[in-house]
Amino acid sequence: MRKTFPVITVLLVITAIWYLGSWRMNTPWALQQAARAEQTLTTGELFKATMQQDRPRLPAPHQVVSELWKSTGAMVQRGKAFSKRSLIYHGAITLGSTLTGFALGVFIGILGAVAITYSRVMEMSLMPWAIVSQTIPIVALAPMIIVLSNAVGIESRAVPKAIISAYLCYFPVLVGMVKGLNSPGTEQLDLLKTYNAGVAASFFKLRLPASMPYLFTSLKIAIAAALVGTIVGELPTGAISGLGARILIGDQFGTPLAIWAALFAAAILAGVLVTLLGLAQGLVLKRMGMAR
Amino acid sequence: MNENVRNPSEDTVIRAENLDLTFETTDGPVHALKGVSLDIQRGDFVSFIGPSGCGKTTFLRCIAALETPAGGTLTVNGMTPEQARKSRAYGYVFQAAGLYPWRTIAGNIKLPLEIMGFSRDEQEQRVKNVLQLVDLEGFGGKYPWQLSGGMQQRASIARALAFDAEILLMDEPFGALDEIVRDHLNEQLLALWARTGKTIGFVTHSIPEAVYLSTRIVVMSPRPGRITDVIESPLPKERPLDIRDSQAFLEVAHRVREGLRAGHSYDD
Repeated sequence: MRKTFPVITVLLVITAIWYLGSWRMNTPWALQQAARAEQTLTTGELFKATMQQDRPRLPAPHQVVSELWKSTGAMVQRGKAFSKRSLIYHGAITLGSTLTGFALGVFIGILGAVAITYSRVMEMSLMPWAIVSQTIPIVALAPMIIVLSNAVGIESRAVPKAIISAYLCYFPVLVGMVKGLNSPGTEQLDLLKTYNAGVAASFFKLRLPASMPYLFTSLKIAIAAALVGTIVGELPTGAISGLGARILIGDQFGTPLAIWAALFAAAILAGVLVTLLGLAQGLVLKRMGMAR
Repeated sequence: MNENVRNPSEDTVIRAENLDLTFETTDGPVHALKGVSLDIQRGDFVSFIGPSGCGKTTFLRCIAALETPAGGTLTVNGMTPEQARKSRAYGYVFQAAGLYPWRTIAGNIKLPLEIMGFSRDEQEQRVKNVLQLVDLEGFGGKYPWQLSGGMQQRASIARALAFDAEILLMDEPFGALDEIVRDHLNEQLLALWARTGKTIGFVTHSIPEAVYLSTRIVVMSPRPGRITDVIESPLPKERPLDIRDSQAFLEVAHRVREGLRAGHSYDD
């Protein structure tokens, strides 16, 4: 792996910049504390003081990592993986809604794309709305969806969260699949005509397989969007579980470490999901003979 | 009414009388075909040659029912082109091989067979036969990208042959290939034609290709798309590549060139 060294270098540089940032941003508080205690700090002491505050402006990387460990690995060791203080518990809640929303969004996206591909009317009537739907800020829409689903008697929080999540993630699938289903050229379609092929044959034998590379690219964008949607759905709702709720609670109680740990948990979750889809893409395209 | 149309006989496979077709484009109407009449006999190898816009491809597409002429009559095996398609009268080969990258060569050849509902055993058998016909035995399991351009085009010919169509319509099938590969494929195509006795309609830009392959050469010219000359080739059916240096070959090529010139095809 010749690329290992550059990748690690970049990672180290980012970490160094982060430490630098923590040091600069946490210095005022450290100085204030020292002044209050009528102490003077050497540069070394000052640096140390910026790295271990309970409520730092910008936590140092090792603080975030240790907080993350405390709320995940350490809980597992104590057999409390799914206690309410564990990020694994909250992550699982978020993951559940994300996957439900993702499935719903992908279904809607593919269905819409098929409709648009086969009907000019659908293309003219559906596409503009799909685009408009994405210009509305989701933070404005999320509370409305929650209120509405409450109004129709849905008690579970998972449902509105999944809807918000689907709302964000159907769009890349729709756009990608419209492109993918239309990727066969005129010659390809004419060729099928000369075989007297029906709509079903041309869809399943040509359009659908031809759209696979587009589908997977869209799915990777969509799963990340679905996660963001779920987290946004957890923010304004008074939810008490889920990574979004952890971020909000951390904010309200002034515990930046908890916020950052939850943020990182969300990022790691997104990374894992996208990686899994990437693996699935590799497998499927290889099986189809489309990977070289 | 036209010297291109002979007495109707049982051997007439394709019969076009006075075909007219105009495309509406943003630049105004384009007269793609005007008064095109032609008979093609069973076992003929007919080339259509002419500059872009002369209607040679359009004519081929009309035969395949991919376009519908606005005027005139066109029959294929005595049926409308639409009916002929349903009775699997022809196989069509495009300029791009157009093989599906997600199917192996054998899988690609099976495509029309699956759509037409052949049994699995029959599919296997036919794939084997046509692969042999185009000299691609042993390549059935390869994916298209593993084959050269010439081999891909041969595979696409095999696909067109797989369901035993009597007529093979080829729209500049070797247009994208280099001259050396092209010579080789021309030779193979002649051998294939001799073995199978198919009727072939072949669109090309190349005078040597048209003369080398054809029993009849249809020279066309643009604006409006029409037939300016139909040349019966005096060349024998056996045609080694060096026949292209013979006097007879050069004379036919000369006449094709004259026909193109008469149609003002060299003006632009």
